[in-house]
Amino acid sequence: MNPIVIIGGGLAGYTVARELRKLDKSVPLTMLMADDGAFYSKPMLSNGLAQNKTAASLILSSAEKMASQLLTEIRPHTRVKAMDAAAHRLELEGPEGSTSLEYGRLVLALGADPIRLPIAGDGVDAVLSVNDHADYGVFREALEGKQQVAILGAGLIGCEFANDLAGAGHEVTVYDLAPQPLGRLLPTGAGQFMANALAAKGIAWRFGQSASQVQKDGPCLRLTTVNGQSESFDLILSAVGLKPRIALAQAAGLKTNRGIVVDRCLRTGDPDIFALGDCAEVEGLLLPFVLPLMASARALAATLSGTDTPVSYPAMPVVVKTPACPAVVSPPPMGTAGEWQETVTSSGVRALFEGQEGELLGFALLGDAVGEKQALTAKLPAWL
Amino acid sequence: MKTYQCVVCGFIYDEAIGDPEHGIPAGTAWADIPDSWSCPDCGVAKADFEMVEI
Repeated sequence: MNPIVIIGGGLAGYTVARELRKLDKSVPLTMLMADDGAFYSKPMLSNGLAQNKTAASLILSSAEKMASQLLTEIRPHTRVKAMDAAAHRLELEGPEGSTSLEYGRLVLALGADPIRLPIAGDGVDAVLSVNDHADYGVFREALEGKQQVAILGAGLIGCEFANDLAGAGHEVTVYDLAPQPLGRLLPTGAGQFMANALAAKGIAWRFGQSASQVQKDGPCLRLTTVNGQSESFDLILSAVGLKPRIALAQAAGLKTNRGIVVDRCLRTGDPDIFALGDCAEVEGLLLPFVLPLMASARALAATLSGTDTPVSYPAMPVVVKTPACPAVVSPPPMGTAGEWQETVTSSGVRALFEGQEGELLGFALLGDAVGEKQALTAKLPAWL
Repeated sequence: MKTYQCVVCGFIYDEAIGDPEHGIPAGTAWADIPDSWSCPDCGVAKADFEMVEI
């Protein structure tokens, strides 16, 4: 019997393997990943300094340990060059050279790539992105003894890294074209509150500014913005967003949009190919967060073990791990009609997004307002 | 009373506080939380991850 093959050893890949093994201990399972297959949690990378973690201590389990715990063949350092959906065959490149692998069913847990802005200059290659455990190791090594750090992007990851670095004593400057941090998650009062709270920790904001060039300047990097302003830094981190890895699926003739298009059973147009996590677009929803990943992995495991199980997405608020400004956000789905009502105090923000009938469709809670998370979440409609 | 941290997302479970909104009263020891409980922030099942005592 050809195995279920999972491509990807991140949180999505390992969670679906684990959930499947709870239901089916005998179906052959193979996992392929480009990295070393160590199991780690990506959410923990952006507060590693505050948690006193090193790159090594962020590893939860080695690939070998996962292989024996999950009764799974794990093949690290293996890339999939091509997928032949009709033949159920993968062309691989790995430690044994070029090989083929036939699958019974295939799970794409490929994740997403960091978006890189079109920046010129001989220092561009020195700009770091942290999107996986290996990147984190490079980042921490580069950070040793460095003081001035620039972060490109004031979104979720940019703000978390900014807080983490500032808390560890680095001088942090954050660049973003938007006029506030977390522009896609927070209304303006909440955004201002977050900006103030992080500024109080020493973070410098460069709103309305974007890097156009990065040049080597001795041991430093000189960042020049689109409007010609320059500043020098010891290290630059880019955190401007993620692009789902859809190339393999596209080349195989599967439907892709922003992500790999799947239905509520996480199934692509091919009945034997599934996708979940940061690479997948489930009924139009691209939710690169852990709660949807867990819900998807559980539903997919049930489907793979024989009972088609559509995923349900209740409201799943996102926790922003900025200790200087605790925040939890359940944004209204894109394009929803309605308005934000914000109550801003000196110690917190309570922002409610209400639809045309006054119904609650989203919220953002900052500072001492975060305690209301559960009560408000209970009032929100499900996403799927 | 002990505190535990979720290894996936960092959520802190404080035995003194419990998780009353999910049916876990204040004072509930980690060992007494049912296996069906999942981390309120990230959804990881109790059965899957050792929360680390901190």
